[in-house]
Amino acid sequence: MQLNDAERAMLEGADGEARRWAIDHQMRVGRYLGAADFVPVSQAHIMADTESLGPAGVEWLERLAALPQAERQVRVPTITDPRGTDFAAAVRLQHQDWMLDLERRTIAAFQAMGILMTDTCINYQTIMPAVRGEHMAYGDTGVVIYSNSVLGARSNFEGGPSALAAGLTGRTPRYGYHLDEKRQATMVIDVETTPTELSDWGALGGIVGRIAGDYWQVPALRGLDRIPGSDEMKHFGAALASYGSVALFHMAGITPEAHTPTDVIAPGLPVKARIGAADIEAFQAAYRAKVDTVDVVVFSAPQLSLLEMRTLAGMLDGRHAIVPLLVVTSPQVKPEADRMGLTARMEAAGAMVLSGMCFYQSYAREMAEANQWRNLATNSAKLTNILGGYGYRPALMSMAACVDAACSGRIRAGGIVP
Amino acid sequence: MSVFKASAAMGSVVRGRAVVAKDGFSARYDLDRAKGVFSRAEHKLAGRSYVDVVLVLDAAKGGVATAWMLHEMQARGVVPVALVLNTVNPIMVQGAALADFTMMSGFETDITLAVPDGALVEVDPTADPPCLRILDASAAAPSAGIGAPMATAASAVPGRDTTSASVPDDAA
Repeated sequence: MQLNDAERAMLEGADGEARRWAIDHQMRVGRYLGAADFVPVSQAHIMADTESLGPAGVEWLERLAALPQAERQVRVPTITDPRGTDFAAAVRLQHQDWMLDLERRTIAAFQAMGILMTDTCINYQTIMPAVRGEHMAYGDTGVVIYSNSVLGARSNFEGGPSALAAGLTGRTPRYGYHLDEKRQATMVIDVETTPTELSDWGALGGIVGRIAGDYWQVPALRGLDRIPGSDEMKHFGAALASYGSVALFHMAGITPEAHTPTDVIAPGLPVKARIGAADIEAFQAAYRAKVDTVDVVVFSAPQLSLLEMRTLAGMLDGRHAIVPLLVVTSPQVKPEADRMGLTARMEAAGAMVLSGMCFYQSYAREMAEANQWRNLATNSAKLTNILGGYGYRPALMSMAACVDAACSGRIRAGGIVP
Repeated sequence: MSVFKASAAMGSVVRGRAVVAKDGFSARYDLDRAKGVFSRAEHKLAGRSYVDVVLVLDAAKGGVATAWMLHEMQARGVVPVALVLNTVNPIMVQGAALADFTMMSGFETDITLAVPDGALVEVDPTADPPCLRILDASAAAPSAGIGAPMATAASAVPGRDTTSASVPDDAA
């Protein structure tokens, strides 16, 4: 990789051990993936829940955090993905002391490096959305795909170590979606229906993700008859990234780089698939068929926006959940929901409103064992995809059907709410 | 001896029994990392151990957690000796770089069809180009199906350690 003077100095250790490690790590990644040089980034976003880190990862962070202050401080604004617990609810979630200890140590290490503990996977809705063409080092797949596709920003999936490295060096290897030529569509998907429910958008994302199959595919969707809202894009993108490991999509006439289809679709690029309403229903029914009663209902992954909180509060008014009902949002949305009375309305219906965590990043396996949770209802396709490996039987349904399941303990035939 | 050239690799030269499936890989989505087995019921290796074997799979899947989890698995010693994929995503590369883990990807053929399940293989990131060698295919066990963890014989090859620095800059 070609280095400038500043990068060469970092590699030689002139800026301290943290930055020497960081740029060496980035060069190893960049060489593997064909980067010719580095590109400056204006933000980094770190996923680092302690289930993923483990004690070894926490100790590794603490070693960086113990370096002299001038050496360990990040050089660009660096923010965090959800943490592994909500300390205010840890006892009710049956999170153990050792988990909380790892969380506290991780937070202390990040704060020593000047990292802002935003604890959110919806920073594009709540912190600062990226600008078209802006190079970022984002570390949550949902954040990356939304920022690339809906906002026209430029980021690869940056796992925790690489996002931290980008924060320390202020740059990232220039490969993948930092390059114009990688942002062209690689397949065309014709959509014969425009989803309505968020779970339908997630199902569509899951279907396209399964078709796409790997990180280097860029699906271009045609046929949507309206512009999806931010929460719809959020659920579609999160599911597409989860099922397909996809980091960029286009929607003809909708997303910024696909003003016209020919902007991103090369002549002759074949139609890979046609997706209709029956496909979206079948996707959800396949999960639903395995579950009749529910142990827990979860709204999470991604964290809920203020508008989702408003909708959910409205659905819960006058009702009462008879199984645990978890509503997970960001530390930025939660105070607003508190101030506007949304939290109180949901809690009056028996919901547990959580902040700064995400269900699958919060020791999901241990929560299942401690709380005897197996059958889980959610309107998040992303969560549905992840939780199977953690021992859950997830059902993907609309928000209304999930509320009904929380209040009845059962999933109705066809997931239909009376 | 069959040799399969790869477009990119990092880590040390290692040997081990191959555990092969035409399926994806994500440490968070697919594994019970405490028990060292594939835990997602729909995965073609569900129930099988991934410890001390060369995993040969199709594509990197899922989210960003694997970038930390390979390091965490390595620290506990509950880890494959190498990961061989048709297609990587950046997360796998970042995780392998942090953990000094052996990984290889980008073959001229579908590597999951080329390597028999159970074969003894060598993964050599130091070769130019990097390559996977089948040392003994006779150990491949057709009966080694779901739920039947393989006996393993993984070992690093002495004196042939290297790092990704030996990977050509144009490898992609």
